[in-house]
Amino acid sequence: MTDLVNLHISDALDLLNKKEISSVELTKAHLVEMEKGRVLNAYITETPERALADAEASDKRRANGEKLGALDGIPIANKDLYCTKGIRTTAASKILSKFIPPYESTVTQKLKEAGTVMLGKVNTDQFAMGGSTATSYFGVTKNPWGLDLVPGGSSGGSAAAVAAGLCMGATGSDTGGSIRQPASFCGITGIKPTYGRCSRYGIVAFASSLDQAGPMARSVKDCALMLREMAGPDQFDSTVAELPVPDYTLALTGDIRGKKIGIPKEYRPNGLNPEVAKIWDKGIQLLKDAGAEVIDISLPHTKYALPVYYIVACAEASSNLSRYDGVRYTTRVEGKTLDEMYENTRTDGFGPEVIRRILLGTFVLSAGFYDAYYTRAQRVRRLIYNDFVEAFKQVDAIVVPAAPTPALSYEAFKNMSPVDTYLGDVFTTPASLAGVPSLSLPIGLSDGGLPIGLQIIGKHFDENTVFQIGDVLEKSAGFDLNPHRVKG
Amino acid sequence: MYTIQGKTGDWELVIGLEVHCEILSESKVFSGASAKFGAEQNTQVSFIDAAFPGMLPKVNEKCIEQCVKTGFGLNAKINKYSRFDRKNYFYADLPQGYQISQLYYPIVGEGYIEVTTDEGTRKIGVERLHLEQDAGKSIHDMVPGKSLIDLNRSGVGLMEIVSKPDMHSPAEAGEYLRQLRAIVRALGTCDGNMDEGSMRCDVNVSVRKVGEAGLRPRAEVKNVNSVRFVMQAIEIEANRQIDIYENGGQCKQETRLFDSVNLETRPMRSKENANDYRYFPDPDLLPVVLTDEYIENIRKNLPELPEAKKKRYVAELGLTPYDAHVLTLDKETSAYFEAAIKGHDAKKVANWVMGDLFGYLNKSAKSITESPISAENLGALVGLIQDGTISGKIAKEVFEIMTETGKAPAVIVEEKGLKQTTDTGAIEKIIADVLAANMDKVAEIKAGKDKLKGWFVGQIMKASQGKVNPALANQLLDKKLGEI
Repeated sequence: MTDLVNLHISDALDLLNKKEISSVELTKAHLVEMEKGRVLNAYITETPERALADAEASDKRRANGEKLGALDGIPIANKDLYCTKGIRTTAASKILSKFIPPYESTVTQKLKEAGTVMLGKVNTDQFAMGGSTATSYFGVTKNPWGLDLVPGGSSGGSAAAVAAGLCMGATGSDTGGSIRQPASFCGITGIKPTYGRCSRYGIVAFASSLDQAGPMARSVKDCALMLREMAGPDQFDSTVAELPVPDYTLALTGDIRGKKIGIPKEYRPNGLNPEVAKIWDKGIQLLKDAGAEVIDISLPHTKYALPVYYIVACAEASSNLSRYDGVRYTTRVEGKTLDEMYENTRTDGFGPEVIRRILLGTFVLSAGFYDAYYTRAQRVRRLIYNDFVEAFKQVDAIVVPAAPTPALSYEAFKNMSPVDTYLGDVFTTPASLAGVPSLSLPIGLSDGGLPIGLQIIGKHFDENTVFQIGDVLEKSAGFDLNPHRVKG
Repeated sequence: MYTIQGKTGDWELVIGLEVHCEILSESKVFSGASAKFGAEQNTQVSFIDAAFPGMLPKVNEKCIEQCVKTGFGLNAKINKYSRFDRKNYFYADLPQGYQISQLYYPIVGEGYIEVTTDEGTRKIGVERLHLEQDAGKSIHDMVPGKSLIDLNRSGVGLMEIVSKPDMHSPAEAGEYLRQLRAIVRALGTCDGNMDEGSMRCDVNVSVRKVGEAGLRPRAEVKNVNSVRFVMQAIEIEANRQIDIYENGGQCKQETRLFDSVNLETRPMRSKENANDYRYFPDPDLLPVVLTDEYIENIRKNLPELPEAKKKRYVAELGLTPYDAHVLTLDKETSAYFEAAIKGHDAKKVANWVMGDLFGYLNKSAKSITESPISAENLGALVGLIQDGTISGKIAKEVFEIMTETGKAPAVIVEEKGLKQTTDTGAIEKIIADVLAANMDKVAEIKAGKDKLKGWFVGQIMKASQGKVNPALANQLLDKKLGEI
């Protein structure tokens, strides 16, 4: 049975279609694994009954020869930022700790229609704000590669669950690196698609101009399979592009000869972690070996990405989170006046990192500071976007590290100042601001035996090339996915 | 020019209006919930209107169309590019914690409304029209110690129409508002019902000495919700400011509330004044980009606007500008009028509509659409006078019966035998009888008291029960008197 929790989605689909296994078997194996893996605290809410019902329905469809979804019978987990009808959705916060949505997000609805089995809702940083999953109201999630390590964030619950075999794939969301950095920390694969590829409808908003849904799984192919089901136009979200979604698996040709890969010099500052640099060099060599043409390029405004990101993201967040006011569906702490009720509710309902970002965002939008911060940040964002557009006239994709370090320990993390923790997003925020797709996949281990990933950044809506290169790198790197799992 | 006389000299007023018009549309501006007025509380609320987590707004194209139409009504520039911004503030009936509005790039730019008062016709500048969403409603007086929230209105589309500070008298402001209401009603973009809150008005008022350049600080008087209140509020607020200046004080820019019971304006709590709205572009919505073709298509299909109609009434129907103005104030009246004049003298019909009909409707608190007299019947009544079938006097009687029965005037004339007599012999007989019975008065006329002729005509009309054509009666009376 243990084998079942180590399968790739693509392999499991073969076995299901050949009727060598059933979805119920596959699901039960994961439910057992989830129980064993509770020490990781990857799930906020487990939904075993729903999972078994989904699995039985899937097996029935298969047995009756009914039309099957592309992921029929595959057990997955959803980040607890996705609203799931009738199932509590908390955004890992106290203020939404009792919220049961009466509707389903578009992406989870599409995955449901693809036949997936939902195992439960996984942990995240509170309102997706953080890079450690340590800001969750429901406690920290532990990294399967070491219980003293953070899994990264904000999609740390997704990453840990995928890495530890507590689900076959999971939805994540990425605002400034929230899929790519935890994927790197946990040694799995995840893609932040182009902004506008997936609907944001029903996903608790952090920063609307940056938030994107994306899959996290144990192979490039699995991510390609999942993204195809998650993406596409949506009548409920006008920022989704009206573009057809290709079958990404067709892009996995294994041949990247002649592809031009850009290596931007700005991502190799003095003091870059030598282990990260080593993995990056390894990746570059593997690409050369596969026949790709590696080209030095420049993305001159890279150094501004981090401050610009924190201004834009916090500004939007300060407004997006105003709706959690104690009046309707949130928790409420009474007060003598309306203003006092707001203060009490929001002070009690939000964690310190969320409050910090609301304050930052409120500040940068306030009269007298708006032009100096927000307007200027928007202008620089445009320059960063232009950097990528220019670079992509020259190259097909850009390869850079996913994170400046391997997974950090909680101890180290706790002692960092907030600004130091923000520095962890330095390699991921540029692609977020430009809206371009970026895949994160593990390439090798640090000296200490921790996974380190690289990002493959592509042109707007060219996830195909990103998957194609990622697939070749994955195969040539031969990364061993199995962490030394620790189970209770 | 309208001025207010103070102790230190004459003061003039500078007035600007911000009018919120609820857009007539099936559904709300960013959700599919019904935008209809008057439903039971909280029955027209989608998850978007209640700002549930992960909900996203989506623009209702009908509302865009209504704004463009109204833009044409305001003789304004239609902006091909507009964009939504968030106006952030906390209030219990504002579920998102922000209102989606258009600060930086409104859908409609500068235009004007022509306003006619005793002082003549002037173009009052319109600064802009922007599209935004309405908030819900707080109900403070239903449960003691609690406020209740009704979100039916939350997310209903609003057009905010901002004038330039171009008005200088209460009458002018009142007329601007009436004219604006006539425009949106004619276009079908807002029902203009101020008492239901579908049209709401904030008034900006400042004063300055006659001839003084520049502007003094203004007060924004909130939520003044009838034409009469707007005129009252302006006068009261202007006098309050003048008093302050004349007593050596200074006014400050502030937001005030109009109290229509105590007839005063009073400041809003300072906290409500201290908002920093932190506007920024709404990342959930794409900019609105209109093509020339789209705009032209709306323009081509516009109904006739009150201003154009007014000009046509004067030029083609020979109405006075005043009559034309009154008859075009709302589209129901002009529609009635135009139906009534078919085949009849427009000027005479106008007199009947504005005189007897308005008088009757006013007295019985009916709108023109509820009139028991159809437009066709009113026209027919004028026709009967014109062709000499009945006299003007009899017509009044017929009109009375029409208000009671709704019958056609010809039917009433027939049933009641009110047809005018043109039989000269019969009339001469009546005249002879009247003269014979009043020989003393005949003698007085003969002695030169010509005025008595009118009295005799009256007697003749009375004796004929009004059925004699007065002109004919006069003519025959002269003849008879000459023979005596």
